[in-house]
Parts: sequence; structure tokens; C-alpha cells
Amino acid sequence: MKMKLLCVLLSTAMVTALLAGCSGEKEGQTLNICVWNDEFQTRFIDYYPGYEITDETTKSGKIGDVTVNWFVYPNEGANYQDNLDRHLQANADASADEIIDLYCIEADYALKYVNSDYSMNLADLGITAADLSDQYKYTQDIVTDANGALKGSSWQACSALLIYNRAIAKEVLGTDDPAEVQTYVSDWDTYNDTAAKIAEAGYLMTASVNDTYRTFSNNVSKPWVDADGNLSIDANIEKWIDMSAEQVANGYTTTNDLWGDDWAKGFYNDEVFCYFGPAWFIDFSMKVEEPTSIAANGGWGAVAGPQGYYWGGTWVCAATGTDNEELVKDVILTMTADTAILEKIVTEKRDCVNSKTVLEKFAADTSYKNDVLGGQNPYALFSANLESINLQLSAYDQVCNEKMQSCMKNYFAGNATKEEALSQFYKSVKEAYPSLNVPE
Amino acid sequence: MKEAKKGNIVKYNKWGYIFLIPFVVVYLVFQVYPLVSTIFFSFFEYYEENLAVVGPTWNNFEHYIQIFSDGSIVKYAENTIIMWLMGFIPQILVSLLLGAWFSDTRLHLKAAGFFKAVIYLPNLIMASAFAMLFFTLFASSGPINSILVDLKILDQPFRFLENILATRTLVAFMNFIMWFGNTTILLMAGMMGIDPSLFEAAEVDGATSTQVFFRITLPLLRPILVYVAITSLVGGLQMFDVPEILTESTGDPNECAKTLIMYLNSQISVSKNYGLAGAISVVLFVLTGALSMLVFWVTNKKE
Repeated sequence: MKMKLLCVLLSTAMVTALLAGCSGEKEGQTLNICVWNDEFQTRFIDYYPGYEITDETTKSGKIGDVTVNWFVYPNEGANYQDNLDRHLQANADASADEIIDLYCIEADYALKYVNSDYSMNLADLGITAADLSDQYKYTQDIVTDANGALKGSSWQACSALLIYNRAIAKEVLGTDDPAEVQTYVSDWDTYNDTAAKIAEAGYLMTASVNDTYRTFSNNVSKPWVDADGNLSIDANIEKWIDMSAEQVANGYTTTNDLWGDDWAKGFYNDEVFCYFGPAWFIDFSMKVEEPTSIAANGGWGAVAGPQGYYWGGTWVCAATGTDNEELVKDVILTMTADTAILEKIVTEKRDCVNSKTVLEKFAADTSYKNDVLGGQNPYALFSANLESINLQLSAYDQVCNEKMQSCMKNYFAGNATKEEALSQFYKSVKEAYPSLNVPE
Repeated sequence: MKEAKKGNIVKYNKWGYIFLIPFVVVYLVFQVYPLVSTIFFSFFEYYEENLAVVGPTWNNFEHYIQIFSDGSIVKYAENTIIMWLMGFIPQILVSLLLGAWFSDTRLHLKAAGFFKAVIYLPNLIMASAFAMLFFTLFASSGPINSILVDLKILDQPFRFLENILATRTLVAFMNFIMWFGNTTILLMAGMMGIDPSLFEAAEVDGATSTQVFFRITLPLLRPILVYVAITSLVGGLQMFDVPEILTESTGDPNECAKTLIMYLNSQISVSKNYGLAGAISVVLFVLTGALSMLVFWVTNKKE
């Protein structure tokens, strides 16, 4: 009798354990996503099948039974990284509804998360190389860790162009045809000659010295910080410093901060000849949604400019500890590798997507017209240098890039010598990363 | 009988202690513990880098040597004191004048209550909101520049926030606007505490209002003046939100508006460098104490 009871008890225990095991693998009821602006958010809302918004202010909503929450923290000054770190470090102890499942990262600090345990290997989610084989290699290199594991995926390929004001081009250069305008900005010497003409006519070549910054900083020959933790300034950044100082002195450009009101004036009035940016810049930054802007009236044109480069991009990563693995896998595949959705992102959002087939198709499509660019089709230009992007990344790039621009402003504005500005740069990077070796 | 009384006293004492508990607990948890741990960690290497925590490892006086040897703390202390003085000197003069007017019964000021409220109002605005407002007002395409250019006072917009003097002046001006009302109220309270018979006696003796101010009001106001000077100095050394927002955390141009607390903040904003930040806090603590003693000693000296 006793034996029988024991058997029953044991078997019940076993079955319960089995059942418990099953219920343990049940998907979580909340999908939490960390982002720094509404770019991924709007694409998700517009294209993820079955997403219903339940709260208009926070844009949180539901996919079936699963609640989706957004955590939005502005990017500047490593603020987004701070908040994201806090969430990720709390993930292990967080309750099921508070676990961060997905988060977005930028190229500037991708390595920090990719080389940490806080991002999942996509292979562990069941996403194979074949699923993402249509993506450009550079977009995968950025999110590949030291052991070769792919830790994120992006819907964007961010090769960037020189975007010029057609009215000013016509007036000063006598043409607004992209092929001819390109001859005026084909390398930095001709660019500066053109800048002199533009300035003589009373316009600015660029709204700020920082417009050209990425063209130089993303064509460097070595990363900001080497494997031994030594911070150094690449020759190409030096070139940017010297060229910019001269341009400010000549009145070709200004020391305005990127994204500020002074910088954005050229989006509305014919004051600035050109901006530098990738596809997200055209759709997301040039105020196309405001009817009085130049973008809304198709007043821009795009050319390759003096040097090919890429700028930014948003990668989607799965957070370690997520309790929504199936859903996370589906979101990543749907948002970054579903050709039908990527095509919609091209036609509806003017974005440059991370798919060789889609870009080739649009590059060859003579009927495609980008309304911001006055009907020009920029996809041949976008796809031209995507195969040859040269990556030199370190986990410290966001702070280095921001500090380089803000410290050099003191030099350009005449408040400091170049040496003073450089030592301020070294000092402020060291404050953010005390372990780095900086030149004295 | 005697025994019973003694027992009662002990009981009352017990309640005294029980009522003190909330304060003592809050004080220990939120004041003493952070203070001690700040001093403690200032001797350790202790920061975060790319999601990993470094330390805490003992490193002696390394942090103290570092902040003094690279001259940082002297430079930022200088910035802080300059901007504080630029705001405090006009503030105390204007407050003395306003306080004297408001407390002078012979002037029969109309609607004095209204004006007292109005001058205090700027203090109710959040400092960061105030700084944002000034940032927008003085931007190179902002309204101040538009007005100056439209009135043909300037040929082209002046970049206020790229000029050292202009940036410091803006910070000082904002602090002045925010705090002169508060100082006026304090000084007024001090002036109204002066025995009116002294003013009457002076009037009977034929003293002019200037003489009354310098011979009677000012000397008798000294305790309040000392209090105002010390609180303002302590507040000035902790100057942070206005320059932080106005210069977008950089303290530029050329770090001329970077204050001691901004320096402290830049150690913890990315790297969470509690060791170095702790050392800066300790130096700041000693500096504030020393300067307060100095002000107290100078203004309270017996003649």
C-alpha cells in the first residue's frame, strides 16, 4: 500500500513537472522594446501584421494577446545607452512583464552590445544565414561579434549622398541636373571651389561643418580606439578639422550644431546649398511632412558627392532573457528580411532598404520617382557603394564622434587653438572612458 | 509615590525616542550613509565601461592627485566663482535698494505687495526651463538676434553662445533674475526687524536717506547680510542646471561656463566613475566649508 502510494505520488510529480516544463516554455504576454526615436516604431506600426495600437500617446498596443510596450529614450550624450544598460542589466531579475525583449542600436555603439552577453545570437533564435542572405555584408559585419556570431539585423542600408538645393544649383551653377552638379563636387578640391562660388552668391555651402563630418569619419583607416585601448585621431579626421577651419574662416559654412534650429533653416528657405545624408535623412530629417519645406515641394537633388560613405542605421537586437523568442524571431524576420515589406518601405518611406534584390529592382525601375528629390530615382546611387563600405568600428565611437564635433567647435569659432581643442577632446573622452590611453 | 513618578518620566522619555526614530532613520539612510560611502569610494578605482564594472580597487590618493595635477578643479572653480560673482554683486545691490524702498514707510509705495510677488516669480520657474528659454532666445536665429538685426543695431546675428563673455553674462544674468527676489525678501525681513525708533531719531536729527541707509540700516543688517552671502555662496558653488542646459552639457565656449558640479557630472554621466566623482565631491565639500567660514569671518569681524 505504502509502495503504491509512493508510486502514485512519484508519477504525479513527474507529470506535473512535465506539464510545468511545457508551461515554462509558453511565450510571455508582454513584448518590451527599447528605441531612441520613432523610426523603428513607425515602421513597426505601419507594417507589422496584426499590430493594433491601444494607446495613441505611447503607441503601445497588442499583437494578438501579447501587449507591446515602447521605451523611448533620446540618443544624445549616451543617454539612450545609459537607460538601455539599466534595462538590460535588470533583465535577469525582472518579472515576465518587465523583461526587455527587443532593442535597437546604432553603428556608433553597436560593438558594445554585440560583444556583450546582453544580445542574443540570432542563430539561437532559429534565424539562419540563409534567411538574411539578401542583406548587404557591411550591415552584418557591424553586428557580428568577435566569435563570428550574428547578433542583430537591420532593414536599412545607409550609404549616403550629397543632397543639393536645386534652386541654388540652377542660379549659381546654371544647372540642376544631377550628372552635371556632380562634376562641381566630384572631389574635395572642386567641392571647395564650388563652395567659394556659392558663398559669393550669398548662400552657405553647408549648414554646419558637421554636415561633412561623417564623410570623413566613416572613411577612416583605423578605428578611434585600437585593441590595446589607445585613442588616436585618424588622418582623415585631421583632414576634416583643417578643411572645416578653412571653410568657416571663408564663410562657406557655420559652427551650428547638427539638428538645431539654426542648422535646419536650410530645409525651409533657399539658404544652404547642400546637406549630406543617407536615405533616412531625406525621409526622416528634412521636414518633408511640413508643407512649406523645400522637401515637400521636391526642391532637392542627390549626387554621390566627393566621397562615398555610410551614416548610421538602426539594428534590431534580441535581448538575452527574452520570454518571447518566437515573436522576437518573427519581428526580426518580418521587419528586416521580408521583401514585400521592404518594398513598401521603399515606396512609402523613401528608405534605402537592406536587400540586394529590392535595391536592384528599384535602381532599374525608371518609373520610380522620389518626390523629395524632384522625381529623381536615387537607388542606383545608393546601391553603388554599398558593397565597398569600409568599416573601422570601436565600442567608443558615439562619444568620440560627439566630442570631436563639440570640442572642435571651439577651434572653428576662434575661442581655442587647435591644440587646446584637441586636448579638451582627449580629456572629455577620458572622462567617459577612464580606462583608455590618451595622448598627453 | 516617589517611585511611581520616576516611572512616568522614563515612559515619556521612551516616547520622545520613538518620535525621533523616523528622522534618525531618514538621516542615517539618506545623509550619513551616502556621505560616508562617497568619502570611502573616493579612494577606490570604481567605474563602469561598456557594460562591465571596473573595481572597486583601492588606489590611495590617486584621484585627489589627478584632479589637482591636471588643474581641472582650479579651472572649474574659477569659472564657478566668476559667474557667481557676476550674478551676486548686482543681485545684492539691487536687493538692498529694493529692500530699502519696500521697507521705507515714508515712501508710501503703492501696490508694494504686488511688486514683492512679481520680483519673486522668476524663482518659481524651473531653472532648466528658464535656461531652455534663454537658449532659444539667444540662438543665432532666435528672437533677440532678429530684433537686433531688424533694428539695424547689428549687421548680422551675433553668436552669443560662442562668445565667452556673453555666455558667462547670460548665466550670471539668469541667476540674478532668479534669485534677486528671494534676496530682497530676506533683506526686507531684516530691515523691518530694525527698531523704527532709530529711523525716527535719525529723521529728527536731520539725517538724509543716504545717511540713514549707510549709518543705520546697513550696520544693523549685518547678520542677515552674512546669512545671504553664505547661502548664496553655497548655492553658487553648486551652480549646475542653468549652465548645463544653456551650453548643452559642454560648458563651451572653451569650457568657460563649466562649473564644478558640471565637472562632477561629466565623471558620472557615461562612466559612472564613482571613485573620481567621490574625490571631487570631497574637495567641493571642504572648499564650500572653508569659503563659508571665510565669508562668516570677514563679514562678522568685530571692529
